Amino acid sequence: MTVAIDRATGKRSGDRGPRSGLGRRLKNSYQRYWYAYAMITPVILVLGALVLYPLAYGFYLTLTDADSLNSARTIGVNEIEATYKFIGFDNYADILWGETAYDRFWSHFIWTVFWTAACVALHYSLGLGLALLLNQKLRGRTFYRLILILPWAVPTFTTVFGWRFMLADSGLINSGLDFLGLPTPAWLEDTFWQRFAAIMVNTWCGVPFMMLSLLGGLQSIDSTLYEAAEMDGASRWQQFRYVTLPGLRTVSSTVILLGVIWTFNQFAIIFLLFGNTAPDAQILVTWAYQLGFGQQPREFAESAAYGILLLGILIVFTSFYRRWLNRDEQAAI
Amino acid sequence: MSTTTITKSAAADQAAPAPAKARRRGGRGLAGTLTSHGLLVLASLIALFPIVWLVFLSLGPDKDDYLHPGRIWSTMTLDNYSFVLQETNFFDWLKSTLIVSLGTTVIGVMIAATTGYAVSRMRFPGYKKFMWVLLCTQMFPIAVLIVPMYQILSELRLIDTYLGLILVYCSTAVPYCAWLLKGYFDTIPFEIDEAGRVDGLSPFGTFFRLILPLARPGLAVAAFYSFITAFGEVAFATTFLLDDEKYTFAVGLQSFVSEHDAQRNLMAATAVLIAIPVSAFFYLVQKNLVTGLTAGGTKG
Repeated sequence: MTVAIDRATGKRSGDRGPRSGLGRRLKNSYQRYWYAYAMITPVILVLGALVLYPLAYGFYLTLTDADSLNSARTIGVNEIEATYKFIGFDNYADILWGETAYDRFWSHFIWTVFWTAACVALHYSLGLGLALLLNQKLRGRTFYRLILILPWAVPTFTTVFGWRFMLADSGLINSGLDFLGLPTPAWLEDTFWQRFAAIMVNTWCGVPFMMLSLLGGLQSIDSTLYEAAEMDGASRWQQFRYVTLPGLRTVSSTVILLGVIWTFNQFAIIFLLFGNTAPDAQILVTWAYQLGFGQQPREFAESAAYGILLLGILIVFTSFYRRWLNRDEQAAI
Repeated sequence: MSTTTITKSAAADQAAPAPAKARRRGGRGLAGTLTSHGLLVLASLIALFPIVWLVFLSLGPDKDDYLHPGRIWSTMTLDNYSFVLQETNFFDWLKSTLIVSLGTTVIGVMIAATTGYAVSRMRFPGYKKFMWVLLCTQMFPIAVLIVPMYQILSELRLIDTYLGLILVYCSTAVPYCAWLLKGYFDTIPFEIDEAGRVDGLSPFGTFFRLILPLARPGLAVAAFYSFITAFGEVAFATTFLLDDEKYTFAVGLQSFVSEHDAQRNLMAATAVLIAIPVSAFFYLVQKNLVTGLTAGGTKG
């Protein structure tokens, strides 16, 4: 009865013990690990059938010129066979350096990167600020916390409509601005203000999660560290810089990574806020959706190619991010 | 920081900042407290307002009342609510939403539990690659899978069926739950496994008899997470559901505005009806949610 139970907490390289000879390892491998493999089999099957197969199929589609006019489809009782053909990497070439590549891909790419950076920066800084406020001894802080979670607790697809009513041309926000004698931007029509509104709504939706995670992180910092810092005469800022921030490091790195992934892929907010009306405020995800399902004919191949490119961008980003974290950690020790 | 620097700087600072320190010890002082309260009140208002506004608009009888909120005060009525509950597909949508979300939850948690345990306790060859795959599936933009899924489901004639949507959601829910549960299993002491094995249980026995009962809170968090993700999903539901009686709430709510004559008052009422039970439930579990998610991440 040998099962590999490893008490190591992390998964740094080399956390397995010294290796025995190759032949013996192969011989024992099956016996030692079959429990583990049996346990992960269900997930492997599901991932294979529901993720990897569609992914491979999608990749194949990107190498064709499939759209809704030449794909297999049913019209009434007639079934029409697929007639799309293989065209190699033309879709990618067209997207990345085709004639109107800037208008279709690069402008959206730049906006998506800006959107992600701006939203995550706002989420994190506002979330940290509120977490710091809530972490003090303050009357009614449980009450504040419960209210501040609200944007996260209410389903996004309902609150976005609340925002839409407020941002409408003569909706509440513009009436208010008008009352104060300020200009009233066309939030849902003008490109700049659309982008502004999108960032604003997404910030509103995303701060509570950051706030709660960071609050959890703050509470796990040992209070004796602050006492020691205070004894040393560290200023408030120094305590924040040298005790709080390092103490939040693990939580921060996780929530920032999650935040980047979620914001980059944020579909619901932009889709529900603007629908198909704002071609310039679409981030890559909603833009790809619009190509595949928001227009006629539906450009399946091109939309899938966008999807693959997006996944590529995220995987590259995540690998670098994790590598950068690991290197940083070694430097700190 | 080493001890020497601590003592050195402590000695250096003994003279000057004494008054400031004294004030800090006793609290923040009145100005600080007021500032904190002021900021928190402001933030609370910002957090609360869009929702309060939605509730307020839902009481106005006319579809254009959102442009003339002043009118609502005099004509306030619950008619929108009774109309939504009696005349629209609200209960059909509720049924679809529950079928799809609960289906996803059950499959997601059941399949993911053993995997979460395996990756928490065992270091098998391929472990790192497997964890990496789990992480990668969490960052799949919907755009990657939506086209191939659409094609595959239409070949299998699963477009516009609950099963089709459940399968699609499982592609995210299953790895998500596995990741989350790994974080939770990591917090259960390994001694329990060892005790179980000493008593002669197989790894499966240990898992089912000892760990699973202990992990109930973790399972609940994973279940709730997959439930709300399936509940709030917009893109796949919008694309794969065609029949308006099968709409989930996320799609049904859009149908109020995408029609030519936007019925914003009804929409606001529907939004409120959906939001109240979900947020109420959310409040009950919110503390566990955050720890669940960040624990899964930090220890990954």
